[in-house]
Amino acid sequence: MLRGFNRLFALPGTTVFAHSALAEEQGVERWGVNMTQGVTEVAQTTYNLHMLIFWICVVIGVVVFGVMFYSMWRHRKSKGYKAAQFHESTAVELAWTIVPTIILILMAIPATKTLYDIYDTQEADLDIMITGYQWKWKYDYLGSEVSFFSNLSTPRTQIDNQQPKSANYLLEVDEPLVVPVGKKIRFLITANDVIHAWWVPELAVKKDAIPGFINESWTRIDEPGLYRGQCAELCGKDHGFMPIVVKAVPQAEYDSWLGERAESTAKMKALTEKTFTFDELFAQGEKVYNRACAACHQPNGQGVPGVFPAIAGSKVAMGPLDAHLSMVIHGSPNNPAMQAFGPQLSEVDLAAVITYQRNAFGNDMGDTVQPIDILNFKNKQ
Amino acid sequence: MAHGPQPGFKRWLYTTNHKDIGSMYLWFSFAMFLLGGCMALVIRAELFEPGLQIVQPEFFNQMTTMHGLIMVFGAVMPAFVGLANWMIPMMIGAPDMALPRMNNWSFWILPFAFAMLVSTLFMEGGAPNFGWTFYAPLSTEYAPPSVTFFIFSIHIMGASSIMGAINIIATILNMRAPGMTLMKMPLFVWTWLITAYLLIAVMPVLAGVVTMMLMDIHFGTSFFSAAGGGDPVLFQHVFWFFGHPEVYIMILPAFGIVSAIIPTFARKPLFGYSSMVYATASIAFLSFIVWAHHMFTVGMPIAGELFFMYATMLIAVPTGVKVFNWVTTMFRGAMSFETPMLFSIAFVILFTIGGFSGLMLAIAPADFQYHDTYFVVAHFHYVLVPGAIFSITAGVYYWLPKWTGNMYNESMGKVHFWLAFIGLNVTFFPMHFVGLAGMPRRIPDYALQFADFNQIASVGAFLFGAAQIVFLFNVIRTVQGGSKASDEVWDNPEGLEWTVPSPAPYHTFSTPPAVR
Repeated sequence: MLRGFNRLFALPGTTVFAHSALAEEQGVERWGVNMTQGVTEVAQTTYNLHMLIFWICVVIGVVVFGVMFYSMWRHRKSKGYKAAQFHESTAVELAWTIVPTIILILMAIPATKTLYDIYDTQEADLDIMITGYQWKWKYDYLGSEVSFFSNLSTPRTQIDNQQPKSANYLLEVDEPLVVPVGKKIRFLITANDVIHAWWVPELAVKKDAIPGFINESWTRIDEPGLYRGQCAELCGKDHGFMPIVVKAVPQAEYDSWLGERAESTAKMKALTEKTFTFDELFAQGEKVYNRACAACHQPNGQGVPGVFPAIAGSKVAMGPLDAHLSMVIHGSPNNPAMQAFGPQLSEVDLAAVITYQRNAFGNDMGDTVQPIDILNFKNKQ
Repeated sequence: MAHGPQPGFKRWLYTTNHKDIGSMYLWFSFAMFLLGGCMALVIRAELFEPGLQIVQPEFFNQMTTMHGLIMVFGAVMPAFVGLANWMIPMMIGAPDMALPRMNNWSFWILPFAFAMLVSTLFMEGGAPNFGWTFYAPLSTEYAPPSVTFFIFSIHIMGASSIMGAINIIATILNMRAPGMTLMKMPLFVWTWLITAYLLIAVMPVLAGVVTMMLMDIHFGTSFFSAAGGGDPVLFQHVFWFFGHPEVYIMILPAFGIVSAIIPTFARKPLFGYSSMVYATASIAFLSFIVWAHHMFTVGMPIAGELFFMYATMLIAVPTGVKVFNWVTTMFRGAMSFETPMLFSIAFVILFTIGGFSGLMLAIAPADFQYHDTYFVVAHFHYVLVPGAIFSITAGVYYWLPKWTGNMYNESMGKVHFWLAFIGLNVTFFPMHFVGLAGMPRRIPDYALQFADFNQIASVGAFLFGAAQIVFLFNVIRTVQGGSKASDEVWDNPEGLEWTVPSPAPYHTFSTPPAVR
């Protein structure tokens, strides 16, 4: 419908609905009007339930509005229709109390069944702990060493409209949650700071991530693929920028991925012993800064007045190293928004980002922090 | 001077007259409606396209929060209190409200509450940015410093509402004209009586929850902080124990208005008066036992989920009774379609659509997919805009000739109606689609597949906004002059308010009327 409208207003090289056209070129499905049927049994059942209630509502709506429009059409004063004066009927009132009650009971039966299914988190093949942070997700594969953060990977330039938006704009991450297909996966969901909600529509899993609570949910994915979702509970400034990507793969592929992931974790630990040059640290630090710090302190290090302090010229970044290390590793004692990054980042990344903060945005401390310094600082505590 | 208003601004500052206070409530709420509406337009302008164009996420969150707070506490609630002030004494044959000085006070603290709330926009760190539901700990440990001002303004608004409710109950129970038995009262009076009880029951709960926040923020308690042994979910339980009855506070008086208008323009008595009263009371009762349906995803035990699901579904029964009664009132009437009737018919249709999506949301397993998406935004705007706003508008058009003695401009009224009706549907209907397709609410930027419907919704929002300018213009013109209205105004309407002259004199029913 709007495509014709689009053409009508088309200017050379552009259209009124520029982003929609862009979406089309990139194969994004447009004009979606309904819930996904998903890729799990629960998602399919939920979809069926949704459609059942929808059609019941449509039928009731057609009857009620039908009577209403009929009287609006036939029973008009302008047509000389004389008003009847009836105004009571106990029988009718009883009928339209009882009939809807019966319909509701019929609706409640499948809903109750589905709810029992969704709540059955017993006998899982795999447990994954999901922790919501402002504004990223952490995944711990329980029973293995593997644990990582998953951040939005859409570049800032796309958000600020300096670059065309990619097909999975705002729905892409640096590291997806990798899971095997055909296995019952139990999610243990919690949060580190404020309340978040972990939601992937195609799995029909949505559960609040609440600090101090561990919620349970589960899924069994039938088909390999990439399934995208978002945080569904307002969690502060970048609530709209903490997507979820689940990559479902065959068991064999999953096993080898898990092995590689464990190996690279070990390698990362080994790097802690290595001494890096200033340039290496500074370059790596910039990457880490943009991933972990820039959301609040801003890419230019200027912060947001009254909310997030600036890094440029900051007393911490331009002050004694120990205080700076403590702030980044343990977080701020006064402001919970400044998280403890010690458990979130590797020693190498911590060393790099602190080196970067002390030497970027016009800060000129000139010192270099090595991963081993971080380790020593942590051990000293 | 003894029987007339004071001259100049003192008339408004010192007044204890229910009509003056009613007018002030209505003008205040309209001002807040425009302010909250402008904030909605900032939101819709930012959401016109993917990417950040006009505002940054911090400010976007302040807009969604302030829009919600201002519309709920500043626009809808004071408008209903304004209508109650104007109409309840005239409908029950009373000379004024029972507690006129408190009436003055409960109005005049409101502008201060909202001045304080709006001033937070200019404070360092910005206005409240945690959503109108202000879930802890985002609204406590993680809140901007202005949260304290927000808490105090909520306290003042709550005090105002409680005083208003006390006044309405005292008036209705004590000041009815002889012969005006409870079951003879117009439904607007009945619905407001029940609403007033809801207000007295839940506004203290709201005051309690914000006081607990205040303690957490400034006095070292840990009601809602898990690290201190508290419970963030407790906040949601307490908030929604207030919040769900609050939803009905914003809709029950609307039922009363529509139940007055439809019989007048169908020229046929309201069908099932007593079942309407019982249905209203049932809805009010049920509103206290369904709060956790706002919290299906917090991880309640399954027994809790089932209880709140069944109780919520049950609300469909009395609500259905009401809709069926309105439709049956129209059936075989002799209908005409003046502006108040148009808004009332739109109310019935669109509120029912909002009711249907509410029924869908009640189904807990399906709610896991709907929760916190635009489907919810579509749902509550369908019940609140055509529900509360359209009924208030209908009420204003219906009683404006009685208030001013002048007829409003009917063609302009119809233009207002159609602009608002089309604008509303273009804005909110597509939100069902993007919500089902997976767009979360309260996000300043979104994925590309949601772009088309968001663009349409933004266009609709500006249309709806423009419609309100027509309304304002029409009301001002009517206050200034126009063709004279008769005492009855409409074709044989029911109610004592139509037995007094138009415009209604400053004091009405100084001696009680005879009630048949």
